[in-house]
Amino acid sequence: MTLAYFIINGLQAGSIYALVALGYSMVYGIVKLINFAHGDIIMVGAYCTWYLMSRHSVPAWLAVICSVVFCALFGMTIERVAYRPLRKTGRLSLLVTAIGVSFLLQNVVQLMFSADPRMFGNFFTGAVIIGDRRFSTATVATIAVSLVIMAALTLLVKRTKIGKAMRAVSEDFDAAQLMGINVNRTISFTFALGSGLAAVGAVFYCCSYSQIQPTMGGMLGLKAFVAAVLGGIGSLPGAMAGGIFIGIAESFTKGFISSKLTDAVVFGILIVVLLIKPSGIFGMRAGEKV
Amino acid sequence: MSGLNAKTPFRYALNAASVAGLYLLLMALIRYRVLNRYQALMLIPIGFNIILAVSLNLSAGFLGQLPLGHAGFMSVGGYAAALLTMNLNMPANVELPIALVFGGFVAAGFGVLIGLPALRLKGDYLAIITLGFGEIIRVIILNLDFTGGAYGLKGIGRKTTVTWVYIFVVITLWTINALIRSRHGRAILSIREDEIAAEASGIPTTYYKVLAFSISAGFAGVAGGLYAHYLSILDPSAFGFMRSCEILVIVVLGGLGSIFGSVVSAAALTVLPEMLRGFAEYRMVIYSLLLIGVMIFKPSGLCGKYEFSLGNTLGGIQAGIRRRILKRGGGVNGSGS
Repeated sequence: MTLAYFIINGLQAGSIYALVALGYSMVYGIVKLINFAHGDIIMVGAYCTWYLMSRHSVPAWLAVICSVVFCALFGMTIERVAYRPLRKTGRLSLLVTAIGVSFLLQNVVQLMFSADPRMFGNFFTGAVIIGDRRFSTATVATIAVSLVIMAALTLLVKRTKIGKAMRAVSEDFDAAQLMGINVNRTISFTFALGSGLAAVGAVFYCCSYSQIQPTMGGMLGLKAFVAAVLGGIGSLPGAMAGGIFIGIAESFTKGFISSKLTDAVVFGILIVVLLIKPSGIFGMRAGEKV
Repeated sequence: MSGLNAKTPFRYALNAASVAGLYLLLMALIRYRVLNRYQALMLIPIGFNIILAVSLNLSAGFLGQLPLGHAGFMSVGGYAAALLTMNLNMPANVELPIALVFGGFVAAGFGVLIGLPALRLKGDYLAIITLGFGEIIRVIILNLDFTGGAYGLKGIGRKTTVTWVYIFVVITLWTINALIRSRHGRAILSIREDEIAAEASGIPTTYYKVLAFSISAGFAGVAGGLYAHYLSILDPSAFGFMRSCEILVIVVLGGLGSIFGSVVSAAALTVLPEMLRGFAEYRMVIYSLLLIGVMIFKPSGLCGKYEFSLGNTLGGIQAGIRRRILKRGGGVNGSGS
C-alpha cells in the first residue's frame, strides 16, 4: 500500500520535473547555456494562470492555454533580447546574463503581485479510482498529460522538419548554418517549446502544491536542472528519465528517511552520478580533441 | 615603461605607504563624520564582498574553472569561526583574527575534500557538481544540532570592525596577487590557457587545480567569518545558490582575471542597491537591468583584464611628463632619446 503510494507520488512530482527538465536540456543541447532563468519562467507561467483565473475569472482550460502561449512568446523574447547578442562572446557572460534575467523576472513579478504567497485553487476536482485505490485527479492528470506531451515531443523532434533542424543545430552549429538551416529561427523555436513546457509544468505544480510566490522557481528549477544533468544534458529521453528518477527518489526519501534530507539526497545522487559517469545516464561521451 | 620598474624596494614602500594612507583616510572620514554611521558600517560588507570576489576570481578567472558553490565555503568558514569565538573567552580583538584564520583553514580543508573529486570534471559539469556540493553543505548545516539548525546560530557577537576587515582585505589582495605572480601562479595560469599543453610541459595539473581551488575556498571562509561577526547571526538560508550567484556576478562584472576589477565591482555592487533605495521597490529591478545591460554591451566585464598598479601608474605619469618636457625643449635632445 505505502510503496504504491510513494511511487505514484514520485511519478507525479517526477513528471513535473521532467517537463521542466526538457526545457533545460533542449536549450543546453542547442546553445550550450545553462539557462538559469528557466526556473523563473515556471513562476511566470504559474502567475499568468493564477492572474487570469482569479482576477478575470477565465475558465481554467483557457487560462492554461493562454499562459502556455504567453510563456512560449516570453521565452522567445528573452532569447532574442538578452541571449542572442551574447551568443558569440563566451559562455560565462551568457551565464551571468541568464542569472540577471532570473533576478529581473523575480523582482518584476514581486513588484506586480507583491512577495506574499498566493493561493492557487486546484481545478482538478474529485478522484479517480484505479483498481481498489483512489487517486486525486490532479495526480492522474499530471502523469497522463506529461506522458502524452513527452510522446508528442519525441515525435516532433524525430519526425518533423523543425525537429530535424533542432537536432542538426545541436549537433554542429556552423555546419547546420552552412546547410541552409535558419539557426536563429530554430533557436527561437527551441526556447518557445521549452518555455511552453515549463508553463505546463507550472500549472501541474500549482495544482498539487496550491501556493505560488515569486521565488518558487528557484528550487524547482534547480531540481529539474539536476534531473536534466542526471539523464544526460542535451538528451530528451534522458531528461524524462532523470525527472522521474528524481521525483521517485525524493518521494522515497520523504517516506522512508526524513523529509528534511530530500534536497541533500537529490544533490548527493547528482554528485555520485557525475563522478561515475559525467555525461549522465543517457548522455553521449564526447571525445576530447587534443 | 620607466625607471620605476626596477626599483622593487621602492615599490614595496610605495604600496605599503598607500595602504596605510588609505586606511588613515578612511578612519579620518569616519572620525570627522564625512561618512555617517550608516555609511561607515557599509564598509564592512564592501570588505567581505571584496574578499569573496577576489577569492572566487582565483578559481574562476585565473584557474579558468567555474565553481558555483562559493557560498558553501563561506558558510563553512563562517560557522567554524563563529563556533570558535563563542567557545573561546578571550578579548574580541584577540579571538577574532584567530577565529578568522581557523575558519579559513577549515574552509580550505573542505576545498581540498570537495576539489579532489570535483576537479576531475570540466566546464559546466564542474559548475554543476560544485553547485551540488554547495547545496549539500547548506542542507547538512540545516540538520546539525551544534549549528543551530534552521533557527540559525545566534549570539555570535558583533566583533567585526572596519579595521579588521581592512586588514584581511589587504592580506587577501596581497596573498592572491603574490601567488599569481609567482611560479605557482604561472602554473595556474597555464592550466587556464591550455590544460593539455600544461600537463605536457610537466605541470602537475591536479595539484595546482586543487591548490588554487582550496586557497579560493579558504579566503571565502575568512569572508564568512567576517560576515558572521558582522551580523552576529548565521542563517543557513543565507548561503544558498543565490549567494553563490551574487559572488559570481561580482567577479564576471568586474572582469574575469582582474583583481582590480573584482575590487571595484564588489564595492559598486554592494553600494548600488543601497544608493537605489530612493527608488524603493524598483531598486532590484534596476539592479538586474543594469547587470544585463553591462553584460550585453561589455561582455568582458567592466575592467576586462586590466590591473591597477600604483607603481605603473606613477611611472606612466612620470614618463608622460618627461616626454612633454623633452618635446618643449626642442628637437635637439628629444629625437636622440
